[in-house]
Amino acid sequence: MGEETTPSQTVGPYFSIGLGWLNRGDLARGASGGERVTIRGRILDGEGQPVPDACLEIWQADALGKYAGPEDSQETSPAQRFSGFGRIPTNDRGEFSFTTIKPGSVTGPDGRPQAPHLEISIFMRGLLRRLVTRLYFSNGPANAEDHVLNLVPAGRRATLIARPLAEDPHTLEWDIRLQGEHETVFFEC
Amino acid sequence: MLRYRRPAPGTQPELLHPPYVSSIKRAPAQPLIQLPHTLSETTGPSFSREIVPPKGFDLTRQHKGEPLGERIVVSGRLMDEDGRPVAHSLVEIWQANAAGRYLHKTDQHDAPLDPNFTGMGQTLTDEEGRYRFVTIRPGAYPWRNHYNAWRPRHIHFSVFGPAFATRLVTQMYFPGDPLLEFDPIYNSVPVESARKRLISSFDWATTTPEIALGFRFDIVLRGRNATPLEP
Repeated sequence: MGEETTPSQTVGPYFSIGLGWLNRGDLARGASGGERVTIRGRILDGEGQPVPDACLEIWQADALGKYAGPEDSQETSPAQRFSGFGRIPTNDRGEFSFTTIKPGSVTGPDGRPQAPHLEISIFMRGLLRRLVTRLYFSNGPANAEDHVLNLVPAGRRATLIARPLAEDPHTLEWDIRLQGEHETVFFEC
Repeated sequence: MLRYRRPAPGTQPELLHPPYVSSIKRAPAQPLIQLPHTLSETTGPSFSREIVPPKGFDLTRQHKGEPLGERIVVSGRLMDEDGRPVAHSLVEIWQANAAGRYLHKTDQHDAPLDPNFTGMGQTLTDEEGRYRFVTIRPGAYPWRNHYNAWRPRHIHFSVFGPAFATRLVTQMYFPGDPLLEFDPIYNSVPVESARKRLISSFDWATTTPEIALGFRFDIVLRGRNATPLEP
């Protein structure tokens, strides 16, 4: 190891000036096939107050479990137009919403499949580093076998699972709680 | 597949840093869980040259007239811990204008906006990991963290690097700024040598005669372990 890494600093309150040009709330655009889902929720702080100045970034595989880019050497899926990247700010009420394709299963470290999931970075004033979490799907039988979910104490796993609405199974709800009861599980990436 | 190294202790800020008051209600209270690196963490988004606006690197030429303030060139290299360049990678910046005012609806600082300055830029690194922006030196500005709190002059930087694991948002400061000593955000990094990585250096090599002073800011992202994971 030669150089020391550059430390993280907060995005502060005005990040929309520099990051807003690349907002992408429709990840499904350009994707062919796959199950479209809309994921919506709120970000809440330690007092249960909505966070109106946050930004989520999504990174995910396509419907076949393939990531865009050269690092994933799995065979390229046909009609590969899915970038897998999203950037979504919260609104004045602390709400976010985005549409995407439910990802396929990606290989885990032990060669076994991981349950379908999204990788999520969260940025806001007050966070000196990004928060990292994962979003899983509630109807996944693979969740029980997922090695990351199994690192999480059983009582906290539900914070990582988006829940479909009874009236619309393609709309999923997922709130992010920064502190307190039902605090979302965050990872050291 | 190679894992990314964990940062050395004290080289990154703690999430809860009470002198930075906003961290108190927003930093998670539960301990973070170590995320093993899989394809999900060792892959990451990439961005093509077509999406980057041609004037994205020059914040002084995005409007009809020239912005007020001291023109500067900010450049450097994006690399990993082993000094390897991170090529073709997106770099985004944003900043206050010369008077210390952001073009943002919630910035209430009583200082003038500049109709010729938005304060946002973007570029891709070249083959050698180099980037270059032309901008104006941002002003210091007051904030309400504590009595008579002023942020040192800074430029926000957002970089991706090759993987989800290397995503980094940081701030670049200027050498000799007397406000650094008092700034809880800068001082949130425990180890002094790591903290100093956030301060750019004055650079004769990129100082342009009759035009602009040059500042150099190299950004070092996490490197990868030497031993591969099992397939």
